[in-house]
Amino acid sequence: MTDLTQLTLKAALDGLKAKQFSSEELTRSFIDAIDAANPKLNAYVLPTADRALAMAKASDARLAAGEGGALEGAPLGIKDLFCTEGVRTTAGSKILSEFVPPYESTVTANLWADGAVMLGKLNMDEFAMGSSNETSFFGPVVNPWKSRASNADLTPGGSSGGSASSVAADLCLAATASDTGGSIRQPAAFTGTVGIKPTYGRASRYGMVAFASSLDQAGPIAKTVTDSAIMLKAMCSHDEKDSTSLNVETPDWPSFVGRSVKGLRIGVPREYVVDGMPAEITALWEQGRKWLEAAGCQMVEISLPHTKYALPTYYIVAPAEASSNLARYDGMRYGLRAEGNGKSLTDLYEETRAEGFGKEVQRRLTIGTYVLSAGYYDAYYVKALKVRRRILQDFENVWDKVDAILTPSTPSAAFALGDKQIDPVAMYLNDIFTVTANLAGLPGISVPAGLDANGLPLGLQLIGRALDEGTVFSLAGALEDSAAFTAKAEKWW
Amino acid sequence: MAIDVDTVRRVAHLARIATPEARLEPLAAELNGIMQWIEQLGEVDTDGVEPMTSCVATTTPMRDDVVTAGGEPGRVLSNAPKSADNFFVVPKVVE
Repeated sequence: MTDLTQLTLKAALDGLKAKQFSSEELTRSFIDAIDAANPKLNAYVLPTADRALAMAKASDARLAAGEGGALEGAPLGIKDLFCTEGVRTTAGSKILSEFVPPYESTVTANLWADGAVMLGKLNMDEFAMGSSNETSFFGPVVNPWKSRASNADLTPGGSSGGSASSVAADLCLAATASDTGGSIRQPAAFTGTVGIKPTYGRASRYGMVAFASSLDQAGPIAKTVTDSAIMLKAMCSHDEKDSTSLNVETPDWPSFVGRSVKGLRIGVPREYVVDGMPAEITALWEQGRKWLEAAGCQMVEISLPHTKYALPTYYIVAPAEASSNLARYDGMRYGLRAEGNGKSLTDLYEETRAEGFGKEVQRRLTIGTYVLSAGYYDAYYVKALKVRRRILQDFENVWDKVDAILTPSTPSAAFALGDKQIDPVAMYLNDIFTVTANLAGLPGISVPAGLDANGLPLGLQLIGRALDEGTVFSLAGALEDSAAFTAKAEKWW
Repeated sequence: MAIDVDTVRRVAHLARIATPEARLEPLAAELNGIMQWIEQLGEVDTDGVEPMTSCVATTTPMRDDVVTAGGEPGRVLSNAPKSADNFFVVPKVVE
């Protein structure tokens, strides 16, 4: 074995169990890789090498005793949105830049209970508000992939940019991430990795820093479909601490990967063709249909007529919820407090939040406050909630005709850092294909399916029925087999 | 409807974000750009449609009304910007 960091999660777990290497060896390989890469990629905002080694040694002891959980000894990266007890958790924001949670998120607690090792906390857009990781207080993450046309640093996407970049650059076996409008699937597509957002309510939101509570869902970014299924199974659970957590069994998702997809009906929504979409993405989508047809699926043209209204709906619902959720950052009980003498309480609130929140967060909080304010509430917020139901109904109307839906993951490949910073709406359009699944609460996965002319990865997305991640994993496995995507970013860091 | 500087000033105050006067005009322009794009929702017929507040169609779960945590002022205050004698210290709120 030359480089343990290049293993898939599945191969690493098998190797650990077979005692081909120890968790400590594996963890040390990742720590070295992070040390070398992080100054260039900025994927980790807080590597936790000492903790990782202690966890790895404990795992090795359990493995030696023939014990151990489903992720025993596997080194993972954790998006800095998940509270980790005693380990700084910032959500990419200055306002939480010194916050050390006194408790653990349920998702990470589940991973540690299964024996996983924490390598560190991963960079992200501030409060998960962004599609390029450029809103992070800690600076943007850099995509390990480079275009053949230019040497410019590219975005890994966002908001889970650190998760995607670290998985693509072999700086962890897999990573946790979260998805409010596409923040798992868009970065996965931009980095040639697999990312799945489960059905809303599958993963507990307890201890996950809130952005927009009716949309936020945790999920993994991983190297393969099987790895993502292993991770998602470990992350999900019913949790009394989250009142929207679904009281349902977590299926054995890894066993769905590799199952036959013969006879499944795949919807191809005609509204997912957008102006200015590169021909390569249209061609890849067509290729995806052919692959699934060859695997025995039947393609069905469908219509989801309210698709074009999904992003404007999202940009009312998400900022509105954020303006309420982020009201807790008042500088009184935790987080940054602006200093100054003789100020009124209101001045202190206002200065704390002006100093602690970055520009995009301030922009969204202002929009959210506006659409919830007296005189506008019905015209904007309630209207958006009604259109949201129309979008849900679009999906409900097709589930008797199809078992899943195939779309591109993103309208473009990764773009250069700085490219879309001037126009907020241009940045928001990144999530055009992913945001519908959040609004409707449906599972969606992005699978790497090919490279564009500049050698950059492109992804295909599958959306499934609520709670039917199993079918999504089977179809994703079929796409993965057909695409045989093995390209890796050439190491320059 | 266009958002003017006065509206931005009022909304920024409601959001408790100190916004310098020089920032109000550009912020109004940004918000107008975003809100103009959002206006297209007006095209959608939503007569008789129930607003959708959640993806989860269940009732709020209830639990027994018992104390499940507490008695740990040290942990509660561990991130407080200012504290004294197991209390948060905040600016004077009553004149």
